[in-house]
Amino acid sequence: MIEYIPFIAVVAMIIIGLYTVVFRRNLIKIVIGISIIESGVNLFLIILGYRDGGVAPIFTSLPPGTSFPEGMVLPVPQALTLTSIVIGVAVLALMLSLVMHIYRKYGTLDVQKIRRLKE
Amino acid sequence: MTKIVKTTANILFPFTMIFGLYVIAHGHLTPGGGFQGGAIVASGCALLLVAYGSPWVFDHIKDKRLATFESLGAIGFITIGLLGLIFGAVFFGNFLAGSGSLFGTTPATGSTLADFNTGGVLPLMNFAVGVKVIAGLFVIILVMAYASSIKEWS
Amino acid sequence: MEKRTVAGALAFSIVVVFFLFSIFLLHPFGKPGQVQMDDYIITHTQNETGTNNGVTSVVFDYRGFDTLGEATILFSAVAGVLLLFRRVRH
Repeated sequence: MIEYIPFIAVVAMIIIGLYTVVFRRNLIKIVIGISIIESGVNLFLIILGYRDGGVAPIFTSLPPGTSFPEGMVLPVPQALTLTSIVIGVAVLALMLSLVMHIYRKYGTLDVQKIRRLKE
Repeated sequence: MTKIVKTTANILFPFTMIFGLYVIAHGHLTPGGGFQGGAIVASGCALLLVAYGSPWVFDHIKDKRLATFESLGAIGFITIGLLGLIFGAVFFGNFLAGSGSLFGTTPATGSTLADFNTGGVLPLMNFAVGVKVIAGLFVIILVMAYASSIKEWS
Repeated sequence: MEKRTVAGALAFSIVVVFFLFSIFLLHPFGKPGQVQMDDYIITHTQNETGTNNGVTSVVFDYRGFDTLGEATILFSAVAGVLLLFRRVRH
């Protein structure tokens, strides 16, 4: 049980974000929920690639006594997380721009009122 | 903002720039790289935006020029990939690694000291991606801050 | 209105139960299963790419196409933001 606690943290973050996306009606809060889901996915990728007692896979001035195929964490999930973070920033900027336009057009951020005001 | 904020931003801005450019330049030796260093430099520019206000920055820095830099970074990145196709074997091939010329030294296996002249095309790609991320993030922040500061737009 | 809330709560609880059961099918924290590719990358990153940093060698050399797609996404996001706010820039 104790070794599954990081995965439980990931599931908690994704569920909190999913609850925000499904049950909140404010667009800003929906954007925050999507961002929390992204953070949960990034944390999931990172803890999938962790090895017990591992150091970062960087060879410049290693700690002495490190055996290097076994004593290092996996580099591929870290690279995928790096990709995912930049994509998250880009998508967040685009979503917030669209939210600003929706607020200027309708004067409200409630998704149900926006649906009723459709012309 | 007040004079205290402006003075603090004036003092901190060069150090943020130097630190971000250091992270970009040493991306193949220490933790970091083009994306992280670009994000650090863009956060320094956001500090400038907070201290002086977006209309002042928008008057002094043209966003079209920033978009040009962003495109230049993308073109440089793809050009290095195509050079790998020409001189090496495959697209994104690392044709400079181990060649002994620019960035061509191969480090010893295991824990080594930092040798800047290693890495093949990776420092060049770090630089191109760094320019791209600096210009891209800063133009996003600048345009959104300016649009939220003025009254009338549609 | 009521029906929508009930249906949303039902679907949400199904997803929650699915997540909570599926985490016990993964490998335990700190003991990854398939590590052959990562061990190859860690062992050969210094004499193949000449780089001390394993993560940078994966991002720009072994999986360069990922970075190309990411650069495309960043470019299209910047283009989209500039297109949405084109009225404010004169």
